[in-house]
Amino acid sequence: MEKKVTFTIDNKECTATAGSFIVDAARKNGIYIPTLCNYDGVKPAGSCRVCTVKVNKRHLTACTTPVAEGMEIEVDTAELNDLRNAVVELLFTEGNHYCPACEKSGDCELQALAYRFQIMAPRFPFQFNERDIDASHPKIYHDHNRCILCKRCIRAVKDKDGKSIFEFNNRAKEVRIKLDDKLGETLSDELALKAMEVCPVGSILVKEIGFKTPIGKRKFDRIPIGTQETTEQLSHKEEHHE
Amino acid sequence: MSKPVIATTSLAGCFGCHMSFLDIDDRLLDLIELVEFNKSPIDDIKTFTKDCDIGLIEGGCCNTENIHLLKEFRKRCKILVSFGECAIMGGLPAMRNDISVKECLEEAYLSGPSTVNEDKILPNDEELPMILDRVYPCHEIVKMDYHLPGCPPTADMIWIVLHALILDVDIELPYEVIKYD
Amino acid sequence: MTTTEIQTVLKKFRNDKTRLVDILLEIQSENGFISKQKIETIAEGLDISEVDVEQTMSFYHFFSCKPRGKYTIYLNNSLVAMMKGREKVADAFEKELGCKFGEVAEDIGIFDTSCIGMSDQEPAALINGKVFTNLTSFRAREIIRDMRKGMEVEEMYANTFGDSKNSSKLVRSVVRNHIKRTGPILDQNFQTGKILQKQLALMTPEEVINEVKRSHLRGRGGAGFPTGIKWEFCRRATGKKKYLFCNADEGEPGTFKDRVILTEKPEMLFEGMVVAAYAIGASEGILYLRYEYSYLKDYLEDVLDKMRKDGNLGKNPAGIKDFNFDIRIQLGAGAYICGEESALIESAEGKRGEPRNRPPFPVEKGYLGFPTTVNNVETLCSVVKVIQNGGEWLRNMGTKDSTGTKVLSISGDCLFPGIYELEWGFSINTILEMAGAHNTQAVQIGGPSGALVNPDQFDRILCYSDLATGGSMIILDESRDLLKDVVMNFTDFFIEESCGSCVPCRNIPTLLKNKLTRILEGKGTMKDFEDSQNWANMMQINRCGLGHTAANPIITSLENFRHLYEDKIQKHKDFDSGFDIASAVAESCEFVDRDPNI
Repeated sequence: MEKKVTFTIDNKECTATAGSFIVDAARKNGIYIPTLCNYDGVKPAGSCRVCTVKVNKRHLTACTTPVAEGMEIEVDTAELNDLRNAVVELLFTEGNHYCPACEKSGDCELQALAYRFQIMAPRFPFQFNERDIDASHPKIYHDHNRCILCKRCIRAVKDKDGKSIFEFNNRAKEVRIKLDDKLGETLSDELALKAMEVCPVGSILVKEIGFKTPIGKRKFDRIPIGTQETTEQLSHKEEHHE
Repeated sequence: MSKPVIATTSLAGCFGCHMSFLDIDDRLLDLIELVEFNKSPIDDIKTFTKDCDIGLIEGGCCNTENIHLLKEFRKRCKILVSFGECAIMGGLPAMRNDISVKECLEEAYLSGPSTVNEDKILPNDEELPMILDRVYPCHEIVKMDYHLPGCPPTADMIWIVLHALILDVDIELPYEVIKYD
Repeated sequence: MTTTEIQTVLKKFRNDKTRLVDILLEIQSENGFISKQKIETIAEGLDISEVDVEQTMSFYHFFSCKPRGKYTIYLNNSLVAMMKGREKVADAFEKELGCKFGEVAEDIGIFDTSCIGMSDQEPAALINGKVFTNLTSFRAREIIRDMRKGMEVEEMYANTFGDSKNSSKLVRSVVRNHIKRTGPILDQNFQTGKILQKQLALMTPEEVINEVKRSHLRGRGGAGFPTGIKWEFCRRATGKKKYLFCNADEGEPGTFKDRVILTEKPEMLFEGMVVAAYAIGASEGILYLRYEYSYLKDYLEDVLDKMRKDGNLGKNPAGIKDFNFDIRIQLGAGAYICGEESALIESAEGKRGEPRNRPPFPVEKGYLGFPTTVNNVETLCSVVKVIQNGGEWLRNMGTKDSTGTKVLSISGDCLFPGIYELEWGFSINTILEMAGAHNTQAVQIGGPSGALVNPDQFDRILCYSDLATGGSMIILDESRDLLKDVVMNFTDFFIEESCGSCVPCRNIPTLLKNKLTRILEGKGTMKDFEDSQNWANMMQINRCGLGHTAANPIITSLENFRHLYEDKIQKHKDFDSGFDIASAVAESCEFVDRDPNI
């Protein structure tokens, strides 16, 4: 039988399977912890830091930290909410996010978090960094302006032999997602679609489709990310993938 | 007591935000009861005739005229609001921000595929505003007090925010009214 | 290199993708860069995709996909190099070559690099892997002229080899040790092989761990985790195999003590590795040596060979039954972050040096998934002395929470920069006096990731509970501009060295730098000051130690030198956009040919 552990989230007593990550354990207990780089069924990366919580007074990412007996976890505090907002605001100013011109608008998880957090304008200056758009691949557009470097595509999309199709390239401010020259050429329709779905923003788009869903009916038009409905919608989609 | 005074303008914008403003529909009638308009395309007053309480700025700054106008608004308005994506972050015009202004002008006036300019005339009349090196969000020029995102901001949000500012109460926004597109 | 030759290199490493860093180093050694075509061959040979090869290659400073010249000069741009006249040297290189840093001319490339561990003999450069110290503009021009003549790099040395082992046949470097004060680690009281043969052989691993626990020895890399406890965790962890790493990726600007220990006490260090391996039950050891110290590699390999011949390494070291342990040297390729233990492990596995999420901790799941202990060079040397003299002996030295000695790298504005081994518990004042420092304005304790300390705090004590340090101490006298020269240089360093994974670490240092620039230009307001403090606060949610400390130059200078900021801030303005209309219209006016009328 699976071992259960007891812990608290914002002083509420919770139980979950030992070893499950805090994000999942919280969800099972009806508590939503915002995430961005996390994707169900894929090894967590802990790179965006949006899911930062405090565990026994220390900042840790909820997507990579397993629950343990007696943990005292803080999620919904003014300090943590402000840090989460700040991360989302940083991402909006680091890339070039022209929401009105992006076909992922309404279905974009970065935007959805900002809506949920009611961010009116980022506190940081817009950096207007120069980023490329790579339309050279037969199946997909790769728009680096919108990339938030969450590594979801790296982790979730592999070729039939398990080889990497997307990878990080360079480091520090210059870090970018690179699509393999050869494997990009021969990317199947199925993998191209998967890459687009995995991408939380509009950085990876399959060519010749888009703007399919009318405004008002898109994923986050009326329902905030993380509420019951969207969570179900998302997990349904993921089950479908597995 | 005199009514609060509102001024509005569109800098490097498309007037879409003003259109959305008109979309508050019959609430316009309520608004007219509550406020008086000064310099604004809504009443076509071209120059400030008095100091105002609230200034709504649509669009970012792409040329010197935008800068002068924005600075004038800052001087004349107690509360200044970035009204829409372009005012907040430059918006679509800011897509030129990672291209040099020289390259932009070249494309527009000399080498663009649809350009017909055999005499290679460039817009350099003294009367014309000068183009800035990039499009600036309004808060990078003057202090802005509030930001209303959206392309355009939803009519509901405009109404809720204006209403709250006029009556000096807390702004409470339902989820659906905040949109960036 | 032909395709066949590349395949031979791959074969040498058993076509093992976890040896990608070694493979790239070897292939690049031929002509200084790795072409796209070679990347294809490597990817094919290792059965990985090209982006996999490129992700590792593009991460490290010393790999290049473009030619960097027959001669490649990496000139240090760390703070101490700047203080000692690097700019004049850089100028001379640029003028003589007629190209800028980051470019190649006449098949000679000039590039910046962060601290190369020579802060006591700056300005210094790495030229084709060889170290050149005490450079001047005269020497810079001379070196370029020698290159034009096609001279071998070693022929360009202007003086005799450095002191002691630096002049040995296998090192042949001009580096000097500058050992100013010795203690148990650096003194002569050590006999090769004796501790292993006479003492370790008689102890059980548990006894070794207990002795180290009794000593209260803590890791010398900076974090100060108790060594005995780390070993115990690793010993208890289950795994088919265990690994011991020695972290010789000394990258903290201003530190050079490991370089001196590696040069003077490699036997002791390797014996420390044997002790640690025995304690945790490791069969393989890896010395992760930073690329900047690759000039020591042949010499260190030779020491390892001797140890094997003497029966102290390999099968049954010191004749201990059921214990086999050998050591290999893993070179890095230029990344400060690889000094972080999990990043170091990633790098040794041929990947990008990105720190891992914890848990699992390396002692549970480290190198190739096996339980792994990573210890600092100095820690492992201290271990040897603990075995030699007992844990009690070490505990009697230093303070209650910081036992034993610390080897310090002292540089900057003082008469006697160099290596000082001291018992823990000394004050900053003591050090300043010892090193001959006068008119000291500030001391940077523990390198850029540490703290910029003001004179009011010079009586503070160096120990884990007050001012912890990995050993770097940079002394700054009154002639230095702390914000412009020090804080800016360090912030640039962290901007460059972030792995790029965590959002705050990738962005915040740059934003803070921009704030600082505004303040230095006299355009700052109180808002910039407050923003800097608030934004720096975000760094605590990054994953690793680099991320947590990368804003420390700003944070500690804001704390300890607040007045320097306040002096430059516009007091009577609450907003200044810094927007300059004249410069904003200059380009467009020039293009359309009109005079700006503002």
